[in-house]
Amino acid sequence: MSDATTNAYAKALADIAEAEGVLARVDAEFTAVAAAYESNDQLRSTIGDQAIPVERRQGIVEQLLAGKGAHPLTAQLLGMVIGAGRGRDLSAIASAIGNRNASSQGRAVAEVRSAVALSEDQQRRLGEQLAKAVGTEVNVKVIVDPSVVGGLVATVGDKVIDGSVRTKLDRVKARLS
Amino acid sequence: MSFLVSLLASEEGHLTYETHSWILPETAEIIYGGLASVIVFAALGKFALPMFKKSLAARTERIQKEMDDAQAIRDTAEGEASRIRTALGDIQSERAKILAEADAQAAAVLSDGRTRITAEAADLEAKADADIAAAAGRVNDELKSEIARLSSVAAERVVKAALNDAAQQDLIEGFINTVGAAR
Repeated sequence: MSDATTNAYAKALADIAEAEGVLARVDAEFTAVAAAYESNDQLRSTIGDQAIPVERRQGIVEQLLAGKGAHPLTAQLLGMVIGAGRGRDLSAIASAIGNRNASSQGRAVAEVRSAVALSEDQQRRLGEQLAKAVGTEVNVKVIVDPSVVGGLVATVGDKVIDGSVRTKLDRVKARLS
Repeated sequence: MSFLVSLLASEEGHLTYETHSWILPETAEIIYGGLASVIVFAALGKFALPMFKKSLAARTERIQKEMDDAQAIRDTAEGEASRIRTALGDIQSERAKILAEADAQAAAVLSDGRTRITAEAADLEAKADADIAAAAGRVNDELKSEIARLSSVAAERVVKAALNDAAQQDLIEGFINTVGAAR
């Protein structure tokens, strides 16, 4: 999917959420679903499989959100994305919605990858420190990524601040070879 | 004759007859016998001798012809023998020439072969040296790569084993505490 198409979908979804006044919430819930989508191979293959009926794929997403207090609009918008056959672009669309949400608040999106989940306090303090680092307020989005091994990798726009054990191990490996 | 006379006498009844010599015939018998002999010899000389001479001449001519033919055959044979001897000499000469050329060619081939083999041996030796050096370098690189791979795998395992919850939190807190100065 091209960036233009992704942005078009994201803009449309964000416009709807903003019109409903729940852009921040939809953004957070899209981000959570996208993280689950990225970390779960079975979920990813199921949602992205065009051979599976749309209703079944939409039902899987609804089950994923059930009992989590998700806004009904989030489920409807997710169902629309999957119904349009754009399930494989869920992460890109969520990221674009996040950027739209952040820019509407005059903030940037800080995508933080960590091997383990961060507490609310850690996310708040990290956001403050990242704001100092990039010179603008940021919305922190944490993605649990075991490949990081340890530490954090923060990406704000084009700036990448890499404090991961993965990168340090790669450097050691490069020096050895 | 006397015998016939004696025989006739014996047949006619014991006729007694006596000759003048027990060896020599009667004179008349000599005369008649001589004449008869002359006639016979004359007839032989007149009729048989020319035929004999003619036959003898023909035989002589035939023998001469056979001798001439034999001589011609002999001359031919001697000529052929001479030609064969000449040819044999040529063959010997040709044989010697061919053998000399063969020896020269063999020597040239041998020399070329030695030169070529020497060059090929040198090439093979150089190639073998290069292959050995390349193989040694490759093995060295592979060994270094394998050591690096094993080292990195070992380092990763050690690090992952050491990364308990406390260590993870330390890393996160360390990042949070220092990232503000990254501008």
